[in-house]
Amino acid sequence: MGQRTIIPFGPQHPVLPEPIHIDLVVEDEKVIEAVPSIGFIHRGLERLVEKKDFVEFVYVAERICGICSFIHGQTYCQGIEEIMKLEIPSRAKYLRTIWGELSRIHSHLLWLGLMADAFGFESLFMHSWRVREQVLDLIEATTGGRVIFGSCKVGGARRDITPEQMTWLLKQLEVVEKEMHLIVDVFMNDSSVKHRLCGVGVISKADAISLGAVGPTLRASGVADDMRLLKYAAFGELDFEPISRTEGDSYGRCAVRCAELFQSVDLIRQAAAKIPAGEIAVKVTGTPSGEFFSRVEQPRGEVVYYIKGNGTKNLTRFRARTPTFANVPPLVKMLGGCELADVPVLVLTIDPCISCTER
Amino acid sequence: MAFFQMKKMILAWTFRKPVTTSYPFEPRKICPGSRGRLDVKISECIFCTICDKRCPTQALDVDKVNKKWRIDRLRCISCGYCVEVCPKKCLLLTGDHGIPTVTKEMETF
Amino acid sequence: MIDEQTIIDVMPETLVAETRKLCEQGYRLVQICATRLGEELQMDYSFDLNRKFVNFRFLLPKLGGRVPSITGVFFCAFTYENEISDLFGVQVEGNALDFKGNFYTTAMKHPFIQDAVPASVPAPAKPGVQ
Repeated sequence: MGQRTIIPFGPQHPVLPEPIHIDLVVEDEKVIEAVPSIGFIHRGLERLVEKKDFVEFVYVAERICGICSFIHGQTYCQGIEEIMKLEIPSRAKYLRTIWGELSRIHSHLLWLGLMADAFGFESLFMHSWRVREQVLDLIEATTGGRVIFGSCKVGGARRDITPEQMTWLLKQLEVVEKEMHLIVDVFMNDSSVKHRLCGVGVISKADAISLGAVGPTLRASGVADDMRLLKYAAFGELDFEPISRTEGDSYGRCAVRCAELFQSVDLIRQAAAKIPAGEIAVKVTGTPSGEFFSRVEQPRGEVVYYIKGNGTKNLTRFRARTPTFANVPPLVKMLGGCELADVPVLVLTIDPCISCTER
Repeated sequence: MAFFQMKKMILAWTFRKPVTTSYPFEPRKICPGSRGRLDVKISECIFCTICDKRCPTQALDVDKVNKKWRIDRLRCISCGYCVEVCPKKCLLLTGDHGIPTVTKEMETF
Repeated sequence: MIDEQTIIDVMPETLVAETRKLCEQGYRLVQICATRLGEELQMDYSFDLNRKFVNFRFLLPKLGGRVPSITGVFFCAFTYENEISDLFGVQVEGNALDFKGNFYTTAMKHPFIQDAVPASVPAPAKPGVQ
């Protein structure tokens, strides 16, 4: 038995520009135990509802995170609409679906790039981000923002996609899809990538459920659970089957995200074919009174908003449980017993987004 | 299992132009419809202060008495809420994203 | 309604036993959250099985509330339990991984049960208005 040493990982670490700190108890090269600490940049955004109007708060909700910004706004709007019993126009639902899936593609490409960077494959990292840039262009042209879409509001959508834009979007998506196939091929088949990912950080099915894993972390362990099956937005009318893998290791999580890229492209195509014409928003009158747990699937997993209104224009309580927060316990489990050199890769496999976690 | 799966892609990109631009000399191509700087057609403005009241970041300061419309560019998040609520439709978001600044100043119209 | 949400009232004393029942049926813990309602705290424990949403709810006094820890059933509850003890000052008894109030770095103790911003923190002034 070797001597035990505690190695601090973070809050500043080259692999992740966000502040999460993990105390790694190391024996030789093996990690025995990991103790996470977060909360370096806790912003207390949840209490801002007491000052902001419930309609304005969607701008704050969107800024909880810079990557899944649109879906944060969508979750908030859906919650408020559910409380106020607003039926939003069908076209707005489809628009939300399309933008949500675009943001999923861009988030997964970002993650693939960061992952490649974490295991030291610089050129793969750059190519992933080059393709992501094309997706960002699609987002900018349709919503006006590159990462903060700002196109979702309580009662519908703030912008419309014109038929010409839709044709252009689908044409560009074809180009992006071709490029994504090339990149995904490297992630799935390259021997050096597989060497770093296969069998690293295995989470069994039972562990994934009892540790409360969400999103790709859960689906890679063989649980086909996806909040899009709740049929929010337009998902009820689209053909959709959640992707799951049985490996439960880093490779499985990577494979789930790679497959979701193409699934999202497919969902956008379906939505574009079915999108009905008509209004994009309804007028919001009155104030929310009631409560709702709004659950939506983000690129990183399930996000839960608890929204409680008391009939005034300020909400009583807004609570966001973000996917990374739920994925911290599985991460701690993964880190126990891994090699020290695998720690950066493992931290990245849950797709950590600390700005989400520290809302 | 394939060894160095990326060789084809890397070879192909050796002979292509870089996708990056030399930024300050060659400005970024901005998509039409991008939300950039807020612009006001001051001759049409009636100083109703609705934009001031609705602005989620309190970036606008509209003075009804002195007929002054002021904006803090560093606070503005280009969300376009003021554009939507303006009764005269004299506000618009331009595609221009502005130049970097070193001072915090209010711009007055 | 997007999905059915069942809200069940429980007592803090029976919380652990009720949670264990759900755990044995294969539910996973979705979240734990506290909500301040005037002088009371409303505690919500949410669980999910194949998108069937179940929520346990009970009330606590605003100050000095105590709850038993459910980390013995769901270990992952430690993040939520540390969060409510840091932000709301609820005492969680028997937390398997207790950070003892150091999970979040906050400027003041238990910020989420405070009434308003204290006078020492100046309100942000409107730009340019002197």
